[in-house]
Amino acid sequence: MNILESLKYFIPELVLLGGAFFVLGVDLFIKSKRTIGLLSLFVLVLTAALLKAPAQPLPLFYGMFQLDAFAHFFRYFALAAVAFTLLMAYSYAPLKGPYEGEFYGLFLFMAFALILVAGANNLLMIFLSVEFVSMISYLLVGFLKKDAKSKEAAIKYLLFGSMASAVMLYGMSLLYGASGSLALPAVGNALFFAPFKTLAHVSVLFFFVGLGFKISMAPFHMWAPDVYEGAPTPVTAFLTVAPKALGFAVFMRVLAMVFTPSWAHWSVLLTALSILTMTLGNLTALSQNNIKRFLAYSSIAQAGYILMGLAVFSDLGRQGVLVYLLAYLFTNLGAFAVVTLIGEQTGSEDLAAYAGLSQRSPMAAAFLTVFLVSLAGIPPLAGFIGKYYVFAAAIQAKFITLTVVAAVNSVIAAYYYFRIVRLMYLVPASGPALAPAPRPLFITLGLMFAGVLLLGLFPAFFLGLIWR
Amino acid sequence: MVPHILSWIIFVPLLGAFAVLFVPKRSAPLIKWIALSTTIVVFGLACLALASFQPAHAGFQMVERAMWIPQFNVQYLLGTDGISFPMVFLTAIISLLACLASFPHVRVKDGREKEYYFLYLLLETGMMGTFLALDLFLFYVFWEVVLVPMYFLIGIWGGPRREYAAIKFFLYTLAGSLFMLLGILGVYFASSPHTFDMTQLVGMPRGLCFQKVVFLAFFLGFAIKVPIFPFHTWLPDAHVEAPTPISVILAGVLLKMGTYGFFRFSYPLFPEATVWFQPAMAVLAILGIVYGGFVALAQTDFKKMVAYSSVSHMGFVLLGLAALNANGFRGAMLQMFTHGTITGGLFLLVGVLYDRAHTRDLNGFGGLGAQMPAYAGILTFFSLASLGLPALSGFVSEFLVLLGSYQYSKVVTGLSTLGIILAATYLLYMIQRVLLGKLNPKWATLADINTREVLTLAPLMALILAIGIYPKIILDYMIPTLDALLKVVKVT
Repeated sequence: MNILESLKYFIPELVLLGGAFFVLGVDLFIKSKRTIGLLSLFVLVLTAALLKAPAQPLPLFYGMFQLDAFAHFFRYFALAAVAFTLLMAYSYAPLKGPYEGEFYGLFLFMAFALILVAGANNLLMIFLSVEFVSMISYLLVGFLKKDAKSKEAAIKYLLFGSMASAVMLYGMSLLYGASGSLALPAVGNALFFAPFKTLAHVSVLFFFVGLGFKISMAPFHMWAPDVYEGAPTPVTAFLTVAPKALGFAVFMRVLAMVFTPSWAHWSVLLTALSILTMTLGNLTALSQNNIKRFLAYSSIAQAGYILMGLAVFSDLGRQGVLVYLLAYLFTNLGAFAVVTLIGEQTGSEDLAAYAGLSQRSPMAAAFLTVFLVSLAGIPPLAGFIGKYYVFAAAIQAKFITLTVVAAVNSVIAAYYYFRIVRLMYLVPASGPALAPAPRPLFITLGLMFAGVLLLGLFPAFFLGLIWR
Repeated sequence: MVPHILSWIIFVPLLGAFAVLFVPKRSAPLIKWIALSTTIVVFGLACLALASFQPAHAGFQMVERAMWIPQFNVQYLLGTDGISFPMVFLTAIISLLACLASFPHVRVKDGREKEYYFLYLLLETGMMGTFLALDLFLFYVFWEVVLVPMYFLIGIWGGPRREYAAIKFFLYTLAGSLFMLLGILGVYFASSPHTFDMTQLVGMPRGLCFQKVVFLAFFLGFAIKVPIFPFHTWLPDAHVEAPTPISVILAGVLLKMGTYGFFRFSYPLFPEATVWFQPAMAVLAILGIVYGGFVALAQTDFKKMVAYSSVSHMGFVLLGLAALNANGFRGAMLQMFTHGTITGGLFLLVGVLYDRAHTRDLNGFGGLGAQMPAYAGILTFFSLASLGLPALSGFVSEFLVLLGSYQYSKVVTGLSTLGIILAATYLLYMIQRVLLGKLNPKWATLADINTREVLTLAPLMALILAIGIYPKIILDYMIPTLDALLKVVKVT
């Protein structure tokens, strides 16, 4: 489909991009930064309202951007993640200052970049969009310029990210050399032929590095705890969810379009990496004392479970990845909303700040408990549905070792999630009662709570939305 | 006949729980009465269901069916029969009595009544759902729903080592149930068409090897809950540290969820594997009976003694299950009910004493028989019921179990009668240390059992006596279903 024809399907994205520039421009003239925040939210809602499900897959811009049901799901996903993060950041004190408007503007660009990742169907497009996301991520992580931890995190992220991208780019060059094309379908076709089989086995490894970095898959996860700890809390919340989810999206697309024939080879490897990721994440999370680092390791472990769906790569496995990501969006953003609240009110990110929270702020403690129980995968909450899906996929495909390891890991995970619950409910309070949550944060919490509960109780409705 | 009565039984406690949430923290009495009246309503509903339950009918009754997750063919499927109905009734009674027993216990812990009764009612929803769900997915959901409130109830209101006991209980059970989940998924994908519906799954052919593997997966989930011998270590901790009413619920209802699982799921789904594992089950049963008995004998902590006696008595349920014949099944099923009433009562009695003396050290008591005559009478009654005195219900169930196991193996039966002798020993030894002998002057001021406490125990005593004298009143409800189960397992 040529450019002019494509444009009419690309209107929401153009609105989003226009909105981003507009917000950035208006920021120069408006003093009230809260208005800018509201304006950004409005742009996101408008974009979401304009989104239309494609009747059949549309290869927009000469096949650069594949608008299919899969990309459509992730468009909503990206917009939702950005919108909830903005809500959360709206009352985040350290951001207050002359740069607050830019923060909102950057997030709109981020939303645009994420949508590009969701539909990228060309090696060049994949590289560019993934880099686009990474660049903005580096900026957002280092947004608190006066904070040494934030700066260190940004540099670390940048160095790790560049290295991973370079490796992936090398893999792409191999594919281009073999097929003479950058379009994923063409590359996939070329790799079918015998002389290129080996090449496929090698180049998939390079993708593992580049995209494994994005989804914090072990052994490319080292950056995650430091970056998550150093970044402003709402940004951390965002990073653990959206770039990771979109990393999974592009990973799935590449595997499906290009590497399906060599499934037997990379599936074994992904199974091993999935086991490694969840085990490493869980075991390290056990001994954390900073809530953000704690959730960072937990999110690494969660990535391990999601990888189960990728390793199996059956229909059920791929669906499982999407469902898990959706559950994870609600749960993790919710948990981080509580972390933001407590961080704001106590000025501490130590686990010790959570002691006796049930008495100091019963609402926050109850919310966090629900989110942690959901992360632990206990019904009837969203996290269980996600876990159920990947477990089901793995059992169906007879990946017995993987499921048994995952089950044991879930028990370890339950132990450390309940460490926090224990602190909140079983340990006496260590300070005075906390003030109620500011309204935007409270709305975020309420929405995430509703999401966790509804996805857990009425999964059929959400599943219906994903596969309409 | 009330439509959707089973749904009401499950969700009335949940409604009560939310009602409690909307009452301000200060009005503790109101919270208590809401909780108590909720459990009374549930008990009333259970009685209503009893009225419309047809004992002679072997299949599922009062079935409710609705599609829940069509993508996975998961249904909201409830139903009851002679196996689940006694458990539902037991849950209703025990929940009501334990709620009544909760009144003084919660107040000690700086009045967190609101949280306590919210969790308590949530727990009741989970227990009822577990016994009534006929869809494996739904069953798993309820099974897990029980865990979280239990964690808090032990962890917040328990004894000195409550945190350790709570997390141990939680992790043990979770580990078991995750393997059960894998087993459930295995059954689901092996069935055609894929379904979680128990009414369809029973009778579908499955390979013996597959059956054995999945039986073990289920076994892990159920065995930890019962608990069967090597998996029992969470039990003494949880029972001892939990507050009295929660120990009652644990012993009275939660342990039965494990053996109920065997009756409801493992046996009918994997009949060939059941026969294959019969000797192993019998050996585990003897181990539990004898080991639990000996350890109970060595205890100096009253509550710990009762906790270990549970291990021993639940061993009899397992023995009846292992016998794979009519008498064994009847005995096991009856033992589940009677153990719930007897041990629940014993835990209440331990609580009565502990509330007054603030110690449970058996060696520190003595001569209380004269000091607290009514208490002494009731304690003796429950102890005799527990050790299997004829005319009380413990005798009937254990006798039936042994009758069944004798048909299966004389050696097994011989060894397990040791458990009865041990029960008599540790219970009479306990009575001797607590009630007889010289009165320790420290306890000269202990007040006798009060009306509220008697009220929590009297219904149990009535049941124990009634079943002991005329067991047909309850066996009639169980027998048709159990006989049908025997036909499914294909041994007669």
